[in-house]
Amino acid sequence: MINFIVEDRNGEQRPVEVPEGIGLNLMEVLKASEYDILATCGGMGLCATCHVQVLEGHDNFPPVSDVELDILDTLPSAHDDSRLACQLRVEEYMEGALFRIASENH
Amino acid sequence: MITTDICIIGAGPVGLFAVFEAGLLKMRCHLIDALPQVGGQLSEIYPQKPIYDIPGYPEVKAQELVDNLMEQIASFKPTFSLGERVEVLDKQEDGSYIVGTSEGTRVHCQVVVIAAGLGSFEPRKPEIEGLERFEGKGVSYMVRNPELLRDRRVVLAGGGDSALDWTIFLANVAQEVTLVHRGETFRGAPDSAEKVFELAQEGKINLILNSNISSINGNGHLKEVTLVGKDKSSYTMEADHLIPLFGLTPKLGPIADWGLAIDKSAISVNTFDYSTNVERIYAIGDINTYPGKLKLILCGFHEAALMCQSAFKYVYPNQKLSFKYTTVNGVPAF
Repeated sequence: MINFIVEDRNGEQRPVEVPEGIGLNLMEVLKASEYDILATCGGMGLCATCHVQVLEGHDNFPPVSDVELDILDTLPSAHDDSRLACQLRVEEYMEGALFRIASENH
Repeated sequence: MITTDICIIGAGPVGLFAVFEAGLLKMRCHLIDALPQVGGQLSEIYPQKPIYDIPGYPEVKAQELVDNLMEQIASFKPTFSLGERVEVLDKQEDGSYIVGTSEGTRVHCQVVVIAAGLGSFEPRKPEIEGLERFEGKGVSYMVRNPELLRDRRVVLAGGGDSALDWTIFLANVAQEVTLVHRGETFRGAPDSAEKVFELAQEGKINLILNSNISSINGNGHLKEVTLVGKDKSSYTMEADHLIPLFGLTPKLGPIADWGLAIDKSAISVNTFDYSTNVERIYAIGDINTYPGKLKLILCGFHEAALMCQSAFKYVYPNQKLSFKYTTVNGVPAF
């Protein structure tokens, strides 16, 4: 199992547990866990509605791709730890991470 | 006043195909969309992406599908109000509706079809306290008429193509142009980014990198913009206009206030005919929800066909509907 913590837009933190090798990205897992994420473009990394901040554990994450950076750059308040959940495959590197779902505008 | 049979809110693929299905039943359509072009998210977000699950097309680019749909419905002469957001819905005594838009367009129709995807695409707004108080009073999220900015002091914010393009354009129009960007590199078109750096070097624009807008001030109209850098340094400058350009994000908007049953930002419908809980209002495509809903274009097409069979009774109350195949009858035209 891969365990991480998700902070919703109200600031509430909840643990999320995902079986290893599930083959989903973080956006899909968050949607399946009933988090309120639009994912307008369906995971193509184009709409930024699945913007999350990686508050803890960011050092273990794979680097940001050019496609992802392109979109993050268009956001008004992207941070250095900002990522698009749809571009993050849920794998072991996520163990212990803390994600904050960004406000709906961003 | 525009008069039509069906007013379709949303000119994405499903709204466009609904025109075809309505046309087969001799119902005319008017479409309204907040975006300046048809195609919805296909044209706005991913025009060059291939789609693989449209029946009969092993692969089709999103914009190509939209272009083909426009060709397919051309003979039914749909009319459009583009770049207009639906604001009001007025029920008439005879049961028909008048739909009103942000630009004052009014559409009288027998049936309203909401095919609005995830809602209307509206500008993404940065989180700045009091920003909305200055909307229309110095703050705007798009440049409608650059002449209004002539000889004014303009601050643009953003790092995408539109921020770059408008900075370049306004450099020769405005008295002073400042571009504020969160990062230090631009990922927009390399040519535009290079041009912006050149203009900054020549002193024709102010380029402020690694900074965000932290607050704005004014007395009725915008006067000052305060920036804060990544190093926490802060800087206040005088400005007549602030134009944040951070792209678009979908919002349900006024549709949420029409008394429709809404479940998690989607409109609940009856799968018999995709009608909502309000008579004469239907919802098709990504905007609706029902048990087993799949947000697929092909599902929206199916919903459009069934919706039209049901909407017919409001447009032609005294006629009996008989179903005809296009292979037998061809496609009639208006």
